Amino acid sequence: MSTTFMGMPAVRDTAGHGNLHASEPFPQAATRELGNAQLRSNLRHATHTIRDKRLKVVGELDDWEALRDAGAATKNAAMANLPALLEEFEKNFTARGGVVHWARDAEEANRIVTDLVRQTGSDEVVKVKSMATQEIGLNEHLESEGIAAFETDLAELIVQLGEDKPSHILVPAIHKNRTEVKDIFLRQMPQVDPDLTDNPPELAMAARAHLRKKFLSAQVAISGANFALADTGTLGVVESEGNGRMCLTLPDTLITVMGIEKVLPTAQDLEVFMQLLPRSSTGERMNPYTSVWTGVTEGDGPKNMHIVLIDNGRTNALADQYGRTALNCIRCSACMNVCPVYERTGGHAYGSTYPGPIGAILSPLMTGIEAEDNGSLPYASSLCGACYDACPVKINIPDILVHLRGEDVAAQHQQRKLPSEMDLLMKGAEIALSSGKVLNLMEKALPVGRLAAGRQKKIKKLPGKLAGAWTSSRDIPAPPAQSFRDWWKKEGRG
Amino acid sequence: MKIALFATCIVDAMYPSVARATVQILERLGHEVVFPAGQACCGQMHTNSGYFDAARKVAENHVHAFEAVEYDVAVAPSGSCVASVRHQHRMLAERAGDTDLAERADAVGATTYELTQLLVDVLGVTNAAEQLGSYFPHTITYHPSCHGMRLLRLGDRQLDLLKTVGGIDVVELPDADQCCGFGGTFSMKNSQVSTAMLEDKAASIRSTGASLCSGGDASCLMHIGGGLSRAGDAAGTLHLAEILASTIDSPAPAPAATDTTTGATR
Repeated sequence: MSTTFMGMPAVRDTAGHGNLHASEPFPQAATRELGNAQLRSNLRHATHTIRDKRLKVVGELDDWEALRDAGAATKNAAMANLPALLEEFEKNFTARGGVVHWARDAEEANRIVTDLVRQTGSDEVVKVKSMATQEIGLNEHLESEGIAAFETDLAELIVQLGEDKPSHILVPAIHKNRTEVKDIFLRQMPQVDPDLTDNPPELAMAARAHLRKKFLSAQVAISGANFALADTGTLGVVESEGNGRMCLTLPDTLITVMGIEKVLPTAQDLEVFMQLLPRSSTGERMNPYTSVWTGVTEGDGPKNMHIVLIDNGRTNALADQYGRTALNCIRCSACMNVCPVYERTGGHAYGSTYPGPIGAILSPLMTGIEAEDNGSLPYASSLCGACYDACPVKINIPDILVHLRGEDVAAQHQQRKLPSEMDLLMKGAEIALSSGKVLNLMEKALPVGRLAAGRQKKIKKLPGKLAGAWTSSRDIPAPPAQSFRDWWKKEGRG
Repeated sequence: MKIALFATCIVDAMYPSVARATVQILERLGHEVVFPAGQACCGQMHTNSGYFDAARKVAENHVHAFEAVEYDVAVAPSGSCVASVRHQHRMLAERAGDTDLAERADAVGATTYELTQLLVDVLGVTNAAEQLGSYFPHTITYHPSCHGMRLLRLGDRQLDLLKTVGGIDVVELPDADQCCGFGGTFSMKNSQVSTAMLEDKAASIRSTGASLCSGGDASCLMHIGGGLSRAGDAAGTLHLAEILASTIDSPAPAPAATDTTTGATR
C-alpha cells in the first residue's frame, strides 16, 4: 500500500520507552513475589543491613539536613535551567574532543550506540554498571545486533549470568543469596574452579579472574554517569569495585549513556553530592572509586569519547509541576532500602528498571500514567513517608505518589464508562463525609453493624472485592451502639 | 481555654470512647470543650486515593464546620487526620484554583493540634499521673503511627506521656518505626503486601509480652487490632487517650477484657 505524504511530519510521542513499564498490575506481581520466602528473607537481611549502615554514617554529620537542602536546591535550580546547562555541557565536552549525540527515546539511543560500536569494528563491549542503559534495554538490543555486552560490576554480572533482571538500582542482585550466586558461577563461568564454595572472597576472586580477560581485550566500553559538569564538560562515575575504572581507562573507545537530568552547573556542586551519595547509597563516608574524566588526552586513556544524552520521557516528567522533582533523583537507592513495601515484594514486582518508591513515581512520570500497568504503581505505598525522610535530595515521594493517584483516577474516568467498585465506595463516602448531618444519619445504622458482628463482636467477612480483601486477614470490631456525636447530643452538650 | 474537638470520622463512628476520653482529659484540666456539629471528616481517604474533587468537598465541609464555632484551639485524637488538615487541605484547594479556601484551610490548620501535641506543647502536661490523675496498672507497648512521627514530628511526646501514667509498665516495641501496613485504601488495594507488614508488626507486639498495644491513631490501631484478633492473639489495642483518661476510680477496661468497640465501661 502506498501512502501520500501530506506535508506535516508526524510528531513523535515524547513518552519514555524501554524497560520503564509494569507489564502486570503491581498487586498481582507483588502477591506472587510475596510467596517467595527465600526472596523475602534475603531482602529483609540486605535492606536492614544497608539501612543501619546509612543511619550510622548520616548521624555522623551535624549538617546533614543542610546538605540535603543544598542538594535539593542545586537540583531544582539545574532543572529550571536545564536547556542552557545542556548546551553549555555540549560546547565544553565537544571542545575537549568528545562527541555529543542526542536521543529522544530508548530506540534512538540504542541505534546510536550500536552504530558507534559497529564503526569500531568490534563485536563486544565491556560495561560499567549503568541505570540508563538498563532503562533503554541496551544489552538486549546489542545482542540482537550481534554485539556481546559484558557487565563488569559484580552484582550486574551475577544478574547477567543468571539470565535474570536487576531488582535494585544499587544492588541489582539483592534478591540472590551467596549459595545462589555460587550456583550461577559454576553453571556459567567456563574456567571456574569446580570446588568453588559460597565464601564471598572466593566468589569475588572467581569473578575477578573471569573479568580480567575481558578488560584486557575489550576495544569498546560503555558507561553511565553519575553526573556531568556543564562548566568543564566533565563526566563522573562513582563506584565501589574498580571495575568501572578499568572500563573507563583501558579501551580505545568510551561511550557514555546518560539521562539529561544528570547535568550539574559546576565542579563546586560535587562538594555536596559527593557527601550525599555514598552515605545514602552504600552507607559509606566515601565510595572507594570516583572516576572523573574530561575529554580526550593524547597517549592516555580512550582515543574516542562519545556521550549519548537521552530524554526518554524526562521532559515529560519535567513538565509535570507536581512531579518534576522526581528528576532530582541521584539514584542512591536509600528510598527502596527503607520502604516496607519494597522490603516485602522486591524490585521485580515494580516491572520497571526503577523499583521502590522512586520507581513508583519516576516510571509513570516518564511513560505517562496510562502506559500499560504503570497506573497501579503509585498505589504501591502505604504513604508511611520513610522514603521522603531518607531521600538525600528531599524528593517528597509521598506527595508525588498522591498526585499520580489523582492522575490515574482522572485517566481511568476518561477511559471507563461504568464506575468501578472504588468509584462507588468513594462516592458513598463523599456523600457521608461532606456533612455532619448526613454522617449523623448514617451513624444511626451502627446498631445494624453490631447485629452483623454477632456474639463475638467481630466482623470477619465483608462483601465486595475491596472490603473483602481487608477482611481476608483482619477482623473489624463491631460498631458501637451509639456514635460520639449522638452521645454528645444526648448528654445535652450541644 | 475553649477547645474545639475534631473527633474524626472513624473515632466518631467506631471508637466513640476515644473521643469521650479526649473530652474527659481536657475537662479535667479545666478547659471548655465544644463540638462543631457540622464536622464529618478530614478527607484524607479521598485525597490519598486520588479522588481530589470529592476530597475537596469533604475538606471544605471541615473548614466550614470549624469556622462556624468560636474556639481557641482545635484538637483531634489522631495524628494522620491532623496531618491531613494541616498539609493536604491547601493542596486540594490550590488544585481547584480556590485561593480563598486555601487561606481559610491554613487558618483552621494552624490552630489544629494532635492530642499529645496540645497536651505537651500548649497545655504543659508532662506528668499524666500528677496532672491528669491517669492510672492504668498494665504492661503495654506503643506503636508510633507514621503520620504523627514523620509529618507532625511528634517525636516522643506520646510515648513520654504514656510512661508517666500511674501504675503503667511500658515496654519497647521492636522496629517501632515500621509502618503497620494500614495506609487507608492501601490495605484494600494492596491487601497482601499490607498483610505481610501487619504480620511483622503483630510479631513484634507479641515478642514484647505486653497485654496491649497503644498508639495515637484509631485507624492504625483498628488495623493492628484486627490482625491480632484474626490471629487469635491475646493482646489487643487501646488508644492512648483512653489510657490517659483512665483513673483509679474510673479505670479503662482491663486489657484481657478490652472491648474497644463499645467503650461501655465508662
